[in-house]
Amino acid sequence: MLESALVVELLKLLAAGMLLVSFAMLATRRIQRLISLFAWQGAILFLSTLLVAHDAGLTELYFSAALTLALKVVALPLILHKLVRRLDAQQDSERLVHIPATMLAGLVLVILAFGLAQPISQLATTILRHTIGVALAVILLSFLMMITRRKAVSQVIGFLAMENGLFFAATSATYGMPMVIELGIALDLLVAVYILGIFFFQIREQFDSLDLHHMESLKEE
Amino acid sequence: MEILLLLGLPLAGCVALAFFGARRYAPELNAATSLATLAAAVLLTVRVTRYGPLTAGGEQFYVDSFNIFLVALTAFVGFTTAVFSRPYMRAEQRHRKLSARRLRLYHSMYQLFMGAMLMALTTNNLGLLWVAMEAATLSTVLLVSLYKTRASLEAAWKYFILCGVGIAQALFGTILLYFAAARTLGHEGMSALLWTHLYAVRAELEPRVVALAFVFLLVGYGTKVGLAPLHNWLPDAHSEAPAPVSAVLSGLLLNVGLYAVMRAKTLAAASIGSVLPGRALMAFGLISALLGALFLWRQRDIKRLFGYSSIEHMGIITFAFGLGGPVANFAALLHMTVHSLTKSSVFFTAGHAAQTAGTQQMDEIRGLVRISPALGWGLLLGSLAILGMPPFGLFTSEFLILTTAMRADPWATPLLLLVLAIAFAGIFSKVQPMAFGESAAPRLPHSSAVIPVYLHLALVLTLGLYIPPALAACYHAAAQLIG
Amino acid sequence: MSAMAIVWQFVEVALAIALAPLFTGWIAQCRAWMQNRSAPPLTQPYRMLRKLFHKEAVLAEDASLLFRAAPYVLFGAMALAAAIIPSIVTDLPFARAADAIALIGLFATARVCQSLAAMDLGTAFGTMGARREMMIGFLAEPAILMVFFNAFLLFGTTTLTGVVDGSAAHPSLIDPGAIFAAIGFVMVLLAENARIPIDNPATHLELTMIHEAMVLEYSARHLALIEWASSLKLFNYATIGIALFLPWGIATHGASVGAVFLALAALLVKLAACGAVLALIESLSAKLRLFRAPEFLAMAFLIAVLGLLVHLLMGANACA
Repeated sequence: MLESALVVELLKLLAAGMLLVSFAMLATRRIQRLISLFAWQGAILFLSTLLVAHDAGLTELYFSAALTLALKVVALPLILHKLVRRLDAQQDSERLVHIPATMLAGLVLVILAFGLAQPISQLATTILRHTIGVALAVILLSFLMMITRRKAVSQVIGFLAMENGLFFAATSATYGMPMVIELGIALDLLVAVYILGIFFFQIREQFDSLDLHHMESLKEE
Repeated sequence: MEILLLLGLPLAGCVALAFFGARRYAPELNAATSLATLAAAVLLTVRVTRYGPLTAGGEQFYVDSFNIFLVALTAFVGFTTAVFSRPYMRAEQRHRKLSARRLRLYHSMYQLFMGAMLMALTTNNLGLLWVAMEAATLSTVLLVSLYKTRASLEAAWKYFILCGVGIAQALFGTILLYFAAARTLGHEGMSALLWTHLYAVRAELEPRVVALAFVFLLVGYGTKVGLAPLHNWLPDAHSEAPAPVSAVLSGLLLNVGLYAVMRAKTLAAASIGSVLPGRALMAFGLISALLGALFLWRQRDIKRLFGYSSIEHMGIITFAFGLGGPVANFAALLHMTVHSLTKSSVFFTAGHAAQTAGTQQMDEIRGLVRISPALGWGLLLGSLAILGMPPFGLFTSEFLILTTAMRADPWATPLLLLVLAIAFAGIFSKVQPMAFGESAAPRLPHSSAVIPVYLHLALVLTLGLYIPPALAACYHAAAQLIG
Repeated sequence: MSAMAIVWQFVEVALAIALAPLFTGWIAQCRAWMQNRSAPPLTQPYRMLRKLFHKEAVLAEDASLLFRAAPYVLFGAMALAAAIIPSIVTDLPFARAADAIALIGLFATARVCQSLAAMDLGTAFGTMGARREMMIGFLAEPAILMVFFNAFLLFGTTTLTGVVDGSAAHPSLIDPGAIFAAIGFVMVLLAENARIPIDNPATHLELTMIHEAMVLEYSARHLALIEWASSLKLFNYATIGIALFLPWGIATHGASVGAVFLALAALLVKLAACGAVLALIESLSAKLRLFRAPEFLAMAFLIAVLGLLVHLLMGANACA
């Protein structure tokens, strides 16, 4: 019991760390730092899944923790780093709209997320039930990040971070989805990143830049 | 067995076309695969109409009266589109808009897209439904960007990002639903994700969680339906994709999205025990219909025009589903069918017209009836059908929706009439000069690409005059199920 | 016991005053190491102070009493602040009179005094520095208050000694909000002590300097007191941070003499570590342009608010 209480404390700490990484992503201008932050988020996710797996004694969760480690901490950041290098976009930085305002909006989203998660947290029986709000907040913050970014690579990182939040939500609320489904999701994600990787090159070829504000021809005048 | 064929054939076609998609006979192979898929769908339909709903593959697949007609419709339109795309894509290749390698990608992804949609329709597992939807998104992203032009890349990017965000919301909704179900069904196996099991315990699910899940699923899959305010991707993707792809996007993918929303709504309405899910659908539907109709006016691009028309029609269908009850649901299902047939035929003619004119700008497409009578009349008749003119099937369904709305929610009727009137004026004023205007272009030889157009229009006309009892029974059973 | 407490109180203040220049020197040394420069000796700040005290003070003609008194007020305020912060013992008679909010008031007094003195002579640089200092100050104060609120909420007290006592009573408690509060605190510390992302303590570049601009007109013992006071301020901030986030080892009420010496050793280790971390942060970050400073501090404030939110929303486990 005492050990379990400690695990709960640790999980809360990790969840807070995850939220912090999400906010850091909101405020980061450099693309390479964004990718490392994404890897950090994956690492936190991995650690908390591992802890939960240990506490609940679920072998399935060990597998999904391993999947997280392989895919989100190692593979995806590596692919992204490689892509950025191939695209010569290492030094790219974004001009962001007023960071404190963005963060304030993020703060409001956090409150909203916890409000929405309230009924779920009350019903959940997992040891992670207090962190469902964090998971939802991470999803919403990634969404916010995608809105505030103009660079293709950062939008994709936002998309992937959103997936991290979803995964965390699944682990928090119900100890994860069935393995087959998680594999399917992971496969979709990998294919998505692959396709987007091709896309980056095509976009750059056509627009000479990965800046999406060139993409404004298809608008209602 | 039929399901295995139904899903296996497109996947096999996808793999085969990935190797042989650049050959000369690839379009024929594509059409043949689609024909085989259609045959499998027909077999499945016969079996389901004869023996009732069936589950297969360890309960992973479930076919009932709601999805069987969608399966048949998807396979049918998939086949006719493959037939249409044969001459159309050849012409594109002749015009040097596409290389052989791009054509290979096109054929392979087309089959993958069909397979993913059929998977989404037949699966009983809400998690697999999500995976299949995402696969459908990814394959169409590649199809939308097929031409690699600036505009098509922009459209594909927008499509991916918006639908990616939407589908992430849907995943969260799915997780919540799983969470609610696991409380009663347990974590063992996948039973808490199986729709049939969920439906069996629908009254015991925690209403608050289900309500939240429904909101996320509605927004998530609603993005795929093109419901406002997340509809922005739709006109872009429709205008930039090759015409056959626009036809299947509008005719099929939107239906599949709506199908997913309705599965969620059926659960939510039963679990929450209130009219709120229905009201939400009505609100989203009405707003989308209004928005779609209003934006019709401002379009110059022919495929964009019909893209907005799809938003409008999807809005009307969603509204009808929101009304609920046997009649409105019946009308909505009928509308799904006839809209799908009509809209794909309209995209065939629009794409063909744009191809012959060399532009998608409506100002520059003139006098189609004189240049190519089959094409011009096809476009005109298709437009009249999509506007709900009497002998066509859309008239029946829209009429039913209007009368039901008048009885259940009189306030919505004038709004619906307004939508229809605006859409009529908007589309007709633009199509009329395209069909009858003055043009100096030479007469074109007869093209085989218009055969599917008349096939679709004939079906729509038939459905407007006479609905076969088997189909009507199917609609009734599905309407009962949706509640 | 009371007599003992008073003794410790004075020992603590004396220790702070004595160690403060050493701490500044330590950070400078760490920075030099990290930047591959040959480091100045640790005692460099002391030598500097001695040199300045031996010089003859030169005052501007129209310097008022305010100008002359400011260094003393500054030094006094910082010494008083050191008396309130529990760096080695929590049984501090002074701390009972003033809580952490009063502490912020004390810092504010010092800042206002220094700014007024800088404007006293009416030189361009002094006025500019004072204006910038006030801007930083008024942005930093809400942020540091928020950081304090985090700790107050957790332990139900507004005194730093109470916070340290509380965390000593519940050694296993790790509050998730504390991460956010700690980050916000470090950001405020950097801004308030004229460290690198906001100000560079080592340059006299007219366009960017804040702190240096205000003390340009001072010389000899006045300058020495001001420099000493500012290193004392940095020291105070460091001990506040230690009391809030790393309070292990600080001797609580009624501790034996041995415990106090242990606390002293712990303090030295922690200070050394903090100094190294600060030097690391400073080496890694680039100086922000001045108009980015509000953004920086607003972020510190928001992060601290976020800490509060996380604490309140994620199932509060306060033990007050």
